[in-house]
This record gives sequence, C-alpha cells and structure tokens, in this order.
Amino acid sequence: MITGNIITDFSLLILFLPLVAFTINIFFGKRLPRQGDWVSIGAILITLILSLSMLLNMFMNWDPDFSHEAKFIWMDLGAFKIELGFWVDNITIVMLVVVSLISSMTHIFSLEYLKGDIRYSRYYAYLGLFTFSMNGIVLANNLISLYIFWELVGVSSYLLIAHWFEKPSAAAAGKKAFLTNRVGDIGFFIGIMLMFTAIGSFNIQEVFTGVGQGLIGGTLLTFAGIGLFMGAVGKSSQFPLHIWLPDAMEGPTPVSALMHAATMVAAGVYLTVRLFPLFSPDALLVIAYVGGFTALFAASIAITQNDIKKVLAYSTISQLGYMILAVGVGNYIAAFFHLLTHAMFKACLFYGSGSVIHAMHHSLHALDDHDTDPQDMRNMGGFKSKMPITYLTMIIATLAISGVPFFSGFLSKDAILAGSLGFAQHYPQHFLLPVFGFGAAAITAFYMFRLIFMTFHGEAKMPKVFKGIHESPRVMTFPLMLLSGLSIFIFYTLPYLNPLSDHGWFTELIRAGDSVVPGNPTAHEIGEGVHHAHYTAMALSLLVAGLGIGLSYLMYLKKKLSAEVWANKMGFLYKLSYNKYYFDENYDRFLYQPFLKLSRAVAYVDWDLYDKYFINGFGRVTKWLSFHTGRIDYDGLDQSIVDGIGRTAQGFGKQLKQVQTGRLQNYMLFALVGVIIILVIQTI
Amino acid sequence: MAEFTFWIVVGITLGSAFMVVQSKNLVYSAYALLFSFIGVTGLYVFLWADFIAVVQVVVYVGGILILIIFGIMLTNKITSVNISHASVQKKMGAVAVLGMAFLLGYMVISTPWVTLANVEPAETTAAIGRLLMMDYLLPFEVASLLLLGALIGATTLSRKED
Amino acid sequence: MDSLTNYLFVSVVLFALGLYGVITRRNGVAVLMGVELILNSANINFLAFARFGGMNMAGHVFALFVIVLAAAEAAVALAIIINIFNNFHTINVDDVSELKQ
Repeated sequence: MITGNIITDFSLLILFLPLVAFTINIFFGKRLPRQGDWVSIGAILITLILSLSMLLNMFMNWDPDFSHEAKFIWMDLGAFKIELGFWVDNITIVMLVVVSLISSMTHIFSLEYLKGDIRYSRYYAYLGLFTFSMNGIVLANNLISLYIFWELVGVSSYLLIAHWFEKPSAAAAGKKAFLTNRVGDIGFFIGIMLMFTAIGSFNIQEVFTGVGQGLIGGTLLTFAGIGLFMGAVGKSSQFPLHIWLPDAMEGPTPVSALMHAATMVAAGVYLTVRLFPLFSPDALLVIAYVGGFTALFAASIAITQNDIKKVLAYSTISQLGYMILAVGVGNYIAAFFHLLTHAMFKACLFYGSGSVIHAMHHSLHALDDHDTDPQDMRNMGGFKSKMPITYLTMIIATLAISGVPFFSGFLSKDAILAGSLGFAQHYPQHFLLPVFGFGAAAITAFYMFRLIFMTFHGEAKMPKVFKGIHESPRVMTFPLMLLSGLSIFIFYTLPYLNPLSDHGWFTELIRAGDSVVPGNPTAHEIGEGVHHAHYTAMALSLLVAGLGIGLSYLMYLKKKLSAEVWANKMGFLYKLSYNKYYFDENYDRFLYQPFLKLSRAVAYVDWDLYDKYFINGFGRVTKWLSFHTGRIDYDGLDQSIVDGIGRTAQGFGKQLKQVQTGRLQNYMLFALVGVIIILVIQTI
Repeated sequence: MAEFTFWIVVGITLGSAFMVVQSKNLVYSAYALLFSFIGVTGLYVFLWADFIAVVQVVVYVGGILILIIFGIMLTNKITSVNISHASVQKKMGAVAVLGMAFLLGYMVISTPWVTLANVEPAETTAAIGRLLMMDYLLPFEVASLLLLGALIGATTLSRKED
Repeated sequence: MDSLTNYLFVSVVLFALGLYGVITRRNGVAVLMGVELILNSANINFLAFARFGGMNMAGHVFALFVIVLAAAEAAVALAIIINIFNNFHTINVDDVSELKQ
C-alpha cells in the first residue's frame, strides 16, 4: 500500500486515524450532526479492527521472535541524527489491541454517560488525541519520539481530567496531573540524554546494542536507568509521585477507565517492559522496591476510602506497583501479562462504577437533591437487585483482581508473586519484596470486596434514592459485559485449558528477552527461578486472597465484626490511611509553599527592583541622553553649524556685494589690480 | 649742463602731472596739464624728435588743451568737489598704481635692453614725411578717415535737438 | 644722463600718474586729462626706443599717429561730456549711471 509493508501500513493507519478524528472534531465537531461522535467512534472501530487483524496475524504466524522495524530519518545533522519510526513486535501488537479495545469501549460508554454534555464534541476529539498519543508510545522505536508522545499523552490527560473545568477541583486536578508527570519526565529526559551522550543514538535497538557493548557502564548506567524509570514513576503514579491519580478521578468516569486504569498509566509499565534489557542490577532493585512499596502503600489507603472511584484509583496505583515490582525482579513478561489482564478487569470495574454513579445521578436529579455525593458508597447499598448486569460484571472483575482461580487476574498475579518469591529465594536479603507482594494481595482482596458489599449488598442507606435506581442502558452495559467476559481465564490460557497453568499463548508468544547489561541474570535463569517458586506462590496467593475475602465478608456482609470498632481501635493508623498519609499536605508545606515563596521573592526582585530601577533606569538614561543629543543636534549643530554656514555665506555675500558698485572707475581699479597680480605671478 | 636741464624738464613734467591728477580745482589741473605737455615737449627735444616736439606743442597744447579748457568752462556750473566718497578708491588706487609702477619699473630694470649706436640725423621731418607716404600710407589714410569720423561725430553730438 | 632707462622711468611714472588720475578722479574732464597723460607717456616710450634703436623713424611715425588719435578722441570725448552735462546737469562720473533720465 503506502510503504509496501503491510505491518507498517497498518501501524500508520492505527496511529493516524484517531488523529484525523481529533482534527475533524476539534474544528468542525460542533457543526456536525450529533456533534461528531460518530467520526471518533468510526475511527476507533477501524483502528480496533486493524489491531485485531494484526493480532490474528500474530496467532497465525506463531513467531515468538517476530520483530519489525520501519524507520525514516527526520533530521540529519551529521553527528546528530533524529529518526522516527515504528517498532512492531508481539508486545506491540498485544498493546495495540489493548489500547484500541479499551478506547473503543470508552467511546461507546461515553455515548450515554456524557449525553448532553456541554463540550461533547471536544470530549470525543480529545479521546482521539489521546488514542493517537498512546499508540504513538506503543509503536515508538526511538526514545525521542517516545518522549514526544509521552508528553502528548500527558497533555491529553490534562485536557480530559479538566473536562468540567468550571469545577475548580477538576481544573486543579488536571494541573496536578500534568505537573506531577512533568516532574517524572525531567528524570526521563535526563535518562534519555545520558543514553544518547554515551551511545550516540536514540534508537532503542541501537541503545541496547550500545549498552551490550559496554559503552555506558557502572554507576552512569544505573543513573540513566533510574532516570528513565522516573518517567514511569510519574506516568504510572508510583510513590512518591502517586499524588495525582486519586485527584484525577475528577474527570469523567469513562476517561478514568481508559486512561487511569488501562492505558495511560500502563504506559509507564510498558516503558519499563520495553527498556528492561538496559537496566543494571542496581536500577532493577530500585525499581522493584519502588513498585513493591507502592503496591502495599496504596492498598493500605484504599481500605478506608468511601468514594467508590477513589477506592478504584488507589487500587490502580497498587496494581501498577505490582507490575513495576515484577519488572524489578526480572519477570517482566509477567508484568506485561498483568498489564493486559488488569486493563480488562480494571476498566470493567471503572465502567461498573460509572454505571452506578450514573444511576445515582439520575435518581438524585429526580429528587432534586444536589447535596448528596453520588459517588460515596455510604449512600449506596443493596443495588444488586436494581442493577443486576452491573452487579454481575463487577463481581467477575472483582474476583479477577483478587486473584481467584478461574479468572485472568489469578494467572497474572500468580506469575508476579512467583517471580518475587523466586527472586527472594535467590537473594534472601530482599525478603521484603514478596512480603510487599503478598501483603498487597491480601489487602486488595479485602477492599475490593468491601466495595462490592457496601455498594450492592446490605440495606439501602438512602431509601428514597434507592427507589430511583435503575439499570443502565445497553450502550453502557455492553462494555461491561465484554470486558468482564475477557476477565475469565480461558482467553489467556489458550490453547491450553488448565485454569491453573502458567502456559498459554501469551507466555509462548511473548518471550522474555535477555538483559544486555552484564551482571543481570538471563531470561532463562529468571524463568527457572519463577518456575521453581511457582507452586509455593500459588498456595500462598490463594491463602492471602481467601484471608482478604473472608475478612471483608465478615466485616461488611455478615457484620460479625464492626468496621467502626476496628477503626477506633486503630485510630491513629485509620486516620493516616483515611487521609492518604497526609502526603498532599506535607508536599504542600515542605515543597510547594517554600517554592512559591522563592518564586515570590524572585518575582519581587525582578519586578520591583530590576524592572523599576534597572530597566526604567535605562529608560530614564535614554530619555536624558536623547534630550541632550537633541539639544546638541538642534541648538548646537543646527543653529550654529548648519545655520552658521548659511550666515557665513550671507556675510560673505554682503561683503562681496560691495564689489559691485556700479561705478566704472572701481571696475578699472579692480582690473588694474588683477593685471598686477597676473604680472607678479608671471615674474615669480 | 645738459643733464641738469634734463632733470629740470623731467621735474616739470612729472610735477605738473602730479598736480593734474591731484588738484581739487579743475582749472588748476588744466594749467598743470599745460605745463606737463610743455615738459614732454622738452623731453622730445632731448630725444632728437624735433618734428614730433613741434607737433606736440601745436596739437596738444594748442588744440587738445584748449578743448579741455572749453569743456571745463562749459560744464563748470554744477561740478561738485570731490567728496571723500572716492577716498577708498583713492587709497586703493594709489596702492594699485604704485604697485603697477613698481612692476613696470622692475621690468625696465631687468630687461636687457639692446641699444644701438646713436646716429644723429639732420632732420626728422623729411624722414617722417617719406615714411608716411610710402611705408605707412595705409595708417595715414585710416587716420584721416578717423579724423573725419571724429569731426562728424563731435558735430553731431553737440548739435541741439530740433 | 641720456640712457634709455631714464626715459623709460619717466614714462613709467607718467603712466602711473595718468592711471591714477583715470581711476580716481570723479570729474569726467579730469579723467580725460589722465588719459592724455597716459598717451603722452606712451609717446615718450616710442621716441626713446626710436632714438636708442638706431634712430628708427618708425617710432616717430607712430608717435605722430598717437597724437592725431589723441586729438580726435579728445574732441569726441568732450562732445560727449558736454552732452552729458546738458542732460544730467553734472559730469560726476558716479552720478551718470542711468541710461535713461
């Protein structure tokens, strides 16, 4: 077709169709019928079909080492070359499917969720922009274009979070998301530049080759690796840059599902998965601890949150921590696997919560109640009878996230936990990592079922509201059904049917590559370690999952144990958890305020001192100079010199005029004088 | 003796000439001019130009001078005395003229004049007459024409407008 | 002393005096007198060169012509002066500066 290679052609189309939809909707959206949502939906569905066909092609070829790169030189400045291009391998294809699928589901879900919204066409345009940017990250073959799309994704996130920017909290949340991302991106950029300075290329394959040759080594390589990882810390909302994701829930729920569950935050994980071969052992350790700690830490906050979306947000942070942990211990294919399954069930959970919130909105609106928070779980209860489809799909997704067998989450979580356990068995000093992992698993099961029990079971906390609750329309329940279906194990274990196995098309086709950094264990060694710990991990994970579910069941369903009593008993810890460990407040006190003070001081210096005295001084000096120059020019030059010449000429004229007396004898005298002069000259 | 006389004659000539140009009274100037002419005649005699000397007296003194005096008399009514207006002219004129005189004097001194031997002729009249009729006939006729023209012109000019 | 240069000097002085009279005097007749002096000085020159040049008669002839012309010119000049006097009532050379009365 265009480039002669079908993979490249499909990639081009997948990449640019959403951008075309964005352009059309931004400029003409308001004037199109139905505000142009069909443009975006059409584009995304075509993208989905193309991605699925690439997936099908992958299954048909069954080539684990498939890798296709297409590049073209964008800027060639001699020693400095920037090229753009695609790198398509099996990981890319799976990721493309994930992005296209979740994006299409969001487009469809938003048809109902955002019906009648004041900026409907712009919303769909931004969705297109986001899809374009995300696909750009997925397809990137070099660090510069990856960075560009990385930033673009940040911009789209900002635009979509602050969609209802009349609400000050939403506008602030958008800002916070973008700025926190930027902090991470500083590290990312430093990492990129370190790599470029040492190796001389931005192309990822060439960077791998360079690292393998030892062009960059030791501490510098670790620093570069940590720098690159900082981008993931920002984008995937890891500790300490996790503060933006809970606030990002101000955006519409479909956006939360798309970006903050399945794709954008997964970009950080995708980055670490892609760049795994160049992390040094020390960098990998840092990665593992950050991920593990985040997983436990975020889960500990989620147990006390009452807003349904906030619970899911902290859950996402925790699950992302899992994925990062997996990369850190070397089992990065497990991380990618969890990314895939997490995308499905987390998006389903978000859509489910969106469905619930939508129903609450309608009910409250009918009662003319604008004070009750439609997202607070304490106002819900007993919805399962009114919203059966939502309830069923959410149960399936919750089972998946809790790591219950027969569901997809069990397979991927199991792989991660096995990886961490294997790592700890190899390096016993890092025993904390599996502790993080299993602890987070227990807590995850607990709070997810808490959510289910508080929302769908028990007594309705607000009977009047409960009366107005009804199931959501087909447009909203369809994505729920599809995604919950994809959370069942079978889709991942094909062609095998064993629900407990760790083999399937995924592990066959997505093969782990070796790290190019000397000193790292090879993929084979990692795989051995994982396999060794597999059954232990499986037993342990089942145990902790059961613990969590059981505790939640007792506390929230059977009410055998009282949540309030436990909260009071652990008052201090409860307060810490409920207030997110006061992270935002501390950041404000110790980072933002001093910085703002510094800015104010600098602004004072610049504005009141520099501008007023220095710059204005220039102005005054110039004015003074020009006045005096003017005087010199006008009075001095013009009057004396220029006019002076005139006056001299006049004077001369007046004097010489007297020669012309009109009298003959004068003329004769002059003639005589002339003759004398000539004669004198002749004689001399 | 001759030298002494020579210098007397020169003295008369130049002294009178000076009076001519310097006197405020026109009649005095005219009389000084008379003496000047006579002095010049003396000089002509010293120069062995007997015929010319006589012609000088006859024509200049007897003709031109009389004419001048007539002119003075006829135009004497409203002649004004030289006012100091020409004093600038006078000083400048004196300077210029002096300069001219010096130049000419310098020329006289520095030119290597070639003097031939003195030959005293018997009389010059015959020689002049011969030359007039032979070598210088044309100038002679032209001169007569000129005189005719002058005569007619003068007459015409002084005729009263009828 | 009968040397050429003596006569020439005399002629020069006479010429200078005549010139002075021409350019300085305000009366028309006085100017005419100056002219006569100049002519006389020229005559002296001619005759001096004639005598000291081997008695060359050409000098004499020329001197004669000069005298003739002087006479004619004096006549005409005086006629003009009288005319001027009749018209302007003054023969101050400075005042007769207009062509038309």
